[in-house]
Amino acid sequence: MLNGPVIVAASFLYLLLLFAVAYFGDKRADAGRSVIANPTIYALSLAVYCTTWTYYGSVGRAASSGLGFVPIFLGPTLAVALWWFVMLKMIRIGKTNRITSIADFIASRYGKSQLLGGLVTVIAVLGVIPYIALQLKALSGSFAILVPPDDMVSSGRGALPWLADTTFYVALSMAAFTILFGTRHLDATERHEGLVAAIAFESLVKLVAFVAVGVFVTFGLFDGFGDLFSRAAREPQLQALMRMGAGGNGYANWFALTLLSMLAVMFLPRQFQVTVVENVNENHLRRAIWLFPLYLLLINVFVLPIALGGLMLFAGQQVDADTFVLRLPMVFGHDWLALVVFIGGLSAATGMIVVETIALSTMVCNDLVMPLLLRYRWLALHGQEDVSGVLLGIRRGAIVLILLLAYLYFRLAGEAHALVSIGLISFAAVAQFAPAMLGGMYWRGGTRAGAVAGLSGGFAVWLYTLLLPSFAKSGWLPGDFLQNGLFGLDLLRPQELFGLRGLDPLAHSLFWSMLANVGGYVWVSLMRPPSAIEAGQATLFVDVFKQGRPSDGAFWRGSAQVGDLLPLLGRFLGRERAANAFDDYARSRGVSREALQADAGLVHFAETTLAGAIGSASARVIVASVVQEEPLGLDEVMNILDEASQVRAYSRRLEQKSLELEQATRELRSANERLKELDRLKDDFMSSVTHELRTPLTSIRAFSEMLLEDPEIDVDDRQRFLGIIVSETERLTRLVNQVLDMAKIESGHADWVNDEVSLLDVVEQGAAATSQLFRDKGVTLEMSMPPAVPALLADRDRLVQVVLNLLSNAVKFVARGSGQVRLSLRETGEGLQVDVSDNGPGLTPEEQRVVFEKFRQGGNTMTDKPQGTGLGLPISRQIVEHYGGRLWVESVPGEGATFSFLMPCGKSAVRKEDAG
Amino acid sequence: MAKKILIADDEQNIVISLEFLMKREGFTVCVATDGQEAIDKVRSEAPDLVLLDIMMPRKNGYEVCQEIRTDPGLQGTRILMLTAKGREMEITKGLAMGADAYMTKPFSTRELVTKVKSLLDLPA
Repeated sequence: MLNGPVIVAASFLYLLLLFAVAYFGDKRADAGRSVIANPTIYALSLAVYCTTWTYYGSVGRAASSGLGFVPIFLGPTLAVALWWFVMLKMIRIGKTNRITSIADFIASRYGKSQLLGGLVTVIAVLGVIPYIALQLKALSGSFAILVPPDDMVSSGRGALPWLADTTFYVALSMAAFTILFGTRHLDATERHEGLVAAIAFESLVKLVAFVAVGVFVTFGLFDGFGDLFSRAAREPQLQALMRMGAGGNGYANWFALTLLSMLAVMFLPRQFQVTVVENVNENHLRRAIWLFPLYLLLINVFVLPIALGGLMLFAGQQVDADTFVLRLPMVFGHDWLALVVFIGGLSAATGMIVVETIALSTMVCNDLVMPLLLRYRWLALHGQEDVSGVLLGIRRGAIVLILLLAYLYFRLAGEAHALVSIGLISFAAVAQFAPAMLGGMYWRGGTRAGAVAGLSGGFAVWLYTLLLPSFAKSGWLPGDFLQNGLFGLDLLRPQELFGLRGLDPLAHSLFWSMLANVGGYVWVSLMRPPSAIEAGQATLFVDVFKQGRPSDGAFWRGSAQVGDLLPLLGRFLGRERAANAFDDYARSRGVSREALQADAGLVHFAETTLAGAIGSASARVIVASVVQEEPLGLDEVMNILDEASQVRAYSRRLEQKSLELEQATRELRSANERLKELDRLKDDFMSSVTHELRTPLTSIRAFSEMLLEDPEIDVDDRQRFLGIIVSETERLTRLVNQVLDMAKIESGHADWVNDEVSLLDVVEQGAAATSQLFRDKGVTLEMSMPPAVPALLADRDRLVQVVLNLLSNAVKFVARGSGQVRLSLRETGEGLQVDVSDNGPGLTPEEQRVVFEKFRQGGNTMTDKPQGTGLGLPISRQIVEHYGGRLWVESVPGEGATFSFLMPCGKSAVRKEDAG
Repeated sequence: MAKKILIADDEQNIVISLEFLMKREGFTVCVATDGQEAIDKVRSEAPDLVLLDIMMPRKNGYEVCQEIRTDPGLQGTRILMLTAKGREMEITKGLAMGADAYMTKPFSTRELVTKVKSLLDLPA
């Protein structure tokens, strides 16, 4: 049922569909309603990472090395985790500097260097051509499987003349397709909205097709994952595939592969194109960060099942595992599924080829051909002719050339390698961009010379250790330098360079090339400080996120004419588009186009706009041809940078100051609250003191006045009144003393005469001093004390004061005659504890709470009330706490109260040695 | 018939002095040593005038004052507040609660007697 015409027709229908999607995308973009202003579409377009290599090759790799296919997808997943820092910065730099390609990025960073742009382009083209060849190989291979050539087996293709080779026609049709797709017009920003929409669509197609085969194999040919894996586990040679380290995947090789894939997903020209150049909104990155890894996971779920299924079902037949995906549905009679698979493969191939060749052709045009043409000055002549057509022609030519080169590589080397090996050669090539890219984004010290040294060193090693051996293995180069080394020197064996063995060729090449690359980049960069233009560009790149970085055009000085710049832009962009760009710029400055000043800002604008079309290095040369630039010295650039950094530092200081101010305000506010609270407390205190002073004064005055006025008062009353006067006077005296005492302790001005004190003596002294009180009221005092206790370092008189206070309180509140007070001293784990228990009325919980507050006297009885000042307990507590101890009360109302205090033992417990 | 005066104060010595003073002026005297007792005595003894301290246990002088003023049967009772806290706020509060007059402790005995007599409409 499937024959050549059907497949060709289906393919063309599919390509037409792609055009429709792209056309729709472009129309919508022109109408200002972009379809790709959508984070999901952005994430899907990133899946252009998955080529036929994934589509067919992963199964092949899994069939030979089990989990060895994983690093290719593990790497990107790990890399994406860092994207919010690295990729966001790359995108921001790309946008602010109108970067058109990875070559443009590196060239622009190191002083808009044409040499670097050209070098990166050469590396990218040579490095990526095997990868494109791989797509061609897969496409024609899959075609050959569906429709076997009549007269020969597929292995005989090497003998075919070009014109009879389907691959050649595949290459040509791909070139035509890419030209139609990518170079219909020259875009100022090098953005292709329709293309991105089509790529996202293709990502869906290939995912659906691959998952369809996976489901067919797993659930159609087998009975689900469990059945498939358990049957595979019974085959001894398949068991190994399901374990780590199968097929000679040492950890070093795993690491190398993972690292390579991490770098590739950022620095492959097509990945740079879709991730950075085609990005319309930085925030799209947020969704891509999880959606893209999810896509990779989905498209890899069925790799191992398909590989194992194929190995079991084709056991004993010599079937290339790279073709399992296609052959399984075919052999089992599902032609339509096979066609879907073929279309999925076509998606994977066209997506990769189109984006990759567009990216490469932009680089070839902007960074290779343009500089050469400019060198011969014919483009820079002050003619008026529109050269945008010439640019398009250059790009179209570059596309055809690149695809022909890929075909050539396919003819020369493609047959000798499996899909995966070819792809890895390309990965290793683009990994060479990593030091110059990452260094350029984070290190101001990197210089043009360093980047040139690193890139060419790494590239040379790559060429010698990876590309040439791939030619040699396919017989195109004499193979003896592989065995014996260049010039017969063993140390120069390409795959055992300087005697390094034990790594596979890829890890080996990665190690040496990265060593040469990073070493060359850093060492040469450090040899001399950056020049003026390098330092300026370094700031624009490294500090792209910083506020107060030098403004546009800060690094340019000279004179120019609007009348020169506008036609110049018109020549490259088309007259209308150039005029529009100038109008937009004028509007953003709030003036009309006629009133525009040809200042540094405008020159910068013209240059970046031009850079969007022809790359920064060429744009610089062209703009320089119509303006008189006065070169800035390094010291002047440094001054500008210095100013910028001063502004930065100043704003940082301002920020800090305002933070400090806020903090200070907060502190002031809370201090004010504290002061208010203290004020309130002081007010309460003064009011209480006043009350306590006036009360005895009232009695004293009343009795004195009565005695004074009335000499007739009888002797008994007279004696009684005078006694009251005396005792109230004593009360006043006591109050005054205690208030002063309290004030001194609280303010920290009290005198503490610390000495070795035995609490036994203290307690006994207190008991002795109050014995008269007890006797007067008929209250018994029972004492229980150990024979000896450790000495304390404390103020003896103060402690006696505490004991005295507790005892006299107890006496005060127990009943006359039947009152009992128990005093005990004991050693506890925490220190020495003194308890004074009475059988008085006890305290309610409320009273227990307030009894230690000043002027709060316990009890409702008038009995002996004048004795108390309401300060005894607060003072006692202050004293005990001064020594790190505690004073508390336990009581059940009606059953007496126990006041206790605990003094910590040991000299360390003495908080202050302020004896004086 | 001699007017009856209730002395409500929790300070024993002040009670002694006031009792002596009032008796010497010819009044009948009864005593309460906390707020609750004061209310009870007002009801049971029906004094013509209360010398009312503010800072008392159980019920303070303001509460006592309020309770007397809200009891229709006790409307004839005069209240003279005695306060040891001489702040404006306390005086205002006392008068607002329905006290007829106030005196700050320590007071002059002569002034106190004059005030009591004027509140009871007696010749000085």
